[in-house]
Amino acid sequence: MQGLKKRRRIQIAVTAACCFFSAAALIGYGFRDGIEYFRLPADVFAENPDPEELFRLGGLVGEGSIIQIGNQVEFNVIDEQNAIRVEFEGILPDLFAEGQGVIVLGRYKDQLFTAVEVLAKHDEKYMPKEVADALKEQNLFRPPDDG
Amino acid sequence: MIAEIGHFALILAALCAIIQCVLPAIGVWKGWSNWMQLAPFAATMQCFLTLVSFISLTLAFVRSDFSVSLVYQNSHSAKPMIYKLTGVWGNHEGSMLLWVLVLSLFAYFIALFGTKLPFRLKSLTLSVQAAISSAFFAFILLTSNPFERLNPAPFEGTGLNPLLQDLGLAIHPPFLYMGYVGLSVSFSFALAALILKRVDAAWARWVRPWTLASWIFLTIGIALGSWWAYYELGWGGWWFWDPVENASFMPWLFASALLHSATVAEKRESLKNWSVLLAILAFSFSLIGTFLVRSGIITSVHAFANDPDRGLFILLILFVFSGGALLLYAFRGNYITPENAFAPISRETALIANNILLLVSAMVVFLGTFWPLLAELIFDRSLSVGPPFFEIAVTPFLVALAAILPLGASMPWKRGSAVSALKQMRTALFAALICGLIVLYFQQVSTWIAPIGLTLSVWIIGGVFTDIRNRIFPKSASTSVILHRLRGLPRSEWGKSFAHSGLAITIAGISSITAWETEDIRNATPGDQYQISSSYSLRFDQARNEQGPNYISTKGEFSLIRDNAPIQKLYPERRFYPVSSTSTTEAAIDMGFFRDIYVVIGDIHSDDSFTVKAYVKPLANWIWLGALVMSFGGLLSLTDRRYRIGRSHRQMAATQLSG
Repeated sequence: MQGLKKRRRIQIAVTAACCFFSAAALIGYGFRDGIEYFRLPADVFAENPDPEELFRLGGLVGEGSIIQIGNQVEFNVIDEQNAIRVEFEGILPDLFAEGQGVIVLGRYKDQLFTAVEVLAKHDEKYMPKEVADALKEQNLFRPPDDG
Repeated sequence: MIAEIGHFALILAALCAIIQCVLPAIGVWKGWSNWMQLAPFAATMQCFLTLVSFISLTLAFVRSDFSVSLVYQNSHSAKPMIYKLTGVWGNHEGSMLLWVLVLSLFAYFIALFGTKLPFRLKSLTLSVQAAISSAFFAFILLTSNPFERLNPAPFEGTGLNPLLQDLGLAIHPPFLYMGYVGLSVSFSFALAALILKRVDAAWARWVRPWTLASWIFLTIGIALGSWWAYYELGWGGWWFWDPVENASFMPWLFASALLHSATVAEKRESLKNWSVLLAILAFSFSLIGTFLVRSGIITSVHAFANDPDRGLFILLILFVFSGGALLLYAFRGNYITPENAFAPISRETALIANNILLLVSAMVVFLGTFWPLLAELIFDRSLSVGPPFFEIAVTPFLVALAAILPLGASMPWKRGSAVSALKQMRTALFAALICGLIVLYFQQVSTWIAPIGLTLSVWIIGGVFTDIRNRIFPKSASTSVILHRLRGLPRSEWGKSFAHSGLAITIAGISSITAWETEDIRNATPGDQYQISSSYSLRFDQARNEQGPNYISTKGEFSLIRDNAPIQKLYPERRFYPVSSTSTTEAAIDMGFFRDIYVVIGDIHSDDSFTVKAYVKPLANWIWLGALVMSFGGLLSLTDRRYRIGRSHRQMAATQLSG
């Protein structure tokens, strides 16, 4: 009986190992599409990302830069020295406003960032963590006012 | 005054928890039964005092007592009463108070319902449970006291975040907490049984109902949370693979695995060792979930507080309890009574496969959730792991799980045959494949998701019916035999059937909405009429401004038109709340059994047009309907005869004799 139990245990271990290996393979494969790097406008200018790469661009929404053309909206995402033009088709999230922190997800090609998603946060005091950290380094960060 | 009473009761409850933790443990160690007898009494006291504390906080919210800092920050006198009430746990401090309330409530339930448990096991379980609550009492009292006062007291509160004023959001945390914390009972049982070296079939029978109860709560909580995100956030999504969602999904996967392995341990005396480990891991993942939510370490749409101290404290609790439990497991695991052998093709094997697949999925989710943190620590790169990762890396395992489900569920214990199982299931298999082919042929977009998903869901439901039919329709049986068998079928069998059917319904919903959802964005002016899908059109009747109780709203009036006849009016809104100067999007949803029409309106443009987004979401409601059916199945199983007290006592004695 002991032999049978041991064999069973080995079989289970092998199956589990196979599962974990396929998981690892899938994880590797998933990471190619699923990882979205976070960049500030300065990072984008320093090193142009591949036009096919989906990434997150963070910064502040430039004052006076929002233009609505049909259902297309354009605005600048800025950091201390750089600005990147962003176009987006759709409805902007509730907490989107000039001078506020924002993260947009999309691709950068020919000096234009085409956003597939503008990330919304449902807290009026909320500044996306990545944006806050990155802007603090550039001394652009103002603590959001309470209330 | 009320806040002081609450604070004082909380301190007393913490003392009760410490007594409940230490004295019964010494009693068990020394064999002093009067020390052990303290445990149920202390548990009752602890629960009562925590309840007093919680009620005090609730009263402070109800009376809008802004001298309490928490009330000032999170409430407002203009808030509707229901949201004043739910505001109690809509913040960090209050939610942690709710957490310990549930924790002590469960300890009380063990004391109450566990009258037939062996005395030493019960005392020790209560002691472990109290150790967990002591840690959380310390956490609340040291880092997040909900009763802190403000002097002078402000005149008006500041908490009016309109997005948080929603019933779905307000009631899902209690459900999730019942689920998270319920797993602590399985954990305490596992630890007590390890210490007393009595992990046997009876242990599995005691653990299973608690796991089942927390699994039901988790299922409902996750479904409610997802439904809230769907109709309230106005983004049209229902699951975002957000860290907070993952935090509740991982314990759910573990609880599901534990439910299945505990069945094996209970009925076949196998997988006991493994079930103990799962019970430890399941609660550890609840703690990880709490850590994720409470520390705000990973940015999330739900992120509340961003306080490193709190995160560190919870991490410490996690480290002590999970680390300690795993260490104990390593030393005591080999004392577990021998396990029965089984053939490679058997229900045991199928359930092991179920466990492996659930665990691998949980691990993948875990990795994806924590990868941003690791990447930042190791590579100093700021990144996010998006939904595509989870969709690619998790789905295959869940598909495999669904594919083996009907075979495993009908397989006999100990030794089965793949050929006869497939033969039994041939009708179901045939139906499923036909359905898949029909879908593949007739669908308008080319995708594999819907054919595979719907095949699986028909396959599971077919399997459920085949299984029931085989149990109640033996060959050449008379009606009376069938009726007798129908009545004799245990509730747990029905529970299993319902739970599996629920899963099938959810799979059907998820795959249809993922594959076939259509989306239409355009600029529309009142008076416009346009097609949004092959069978539906929208007519933009008018837009007007309205004054709500505490907001100003831009409301669109739309007619949903099918075959040239208006069938429904839709009123999507954009609300602006002057007090908090925020705006929210209120989607208008025409719910249907086969599809939802989901309309969102954006801001007005200079030419008086609006951005209008309209989705057609096939089988959307099936996602939550399935979850409801699943939890109903769990409930049926929970009321099964063998968990009822008198009966289980007799059976327990029997297993002890035979064991």
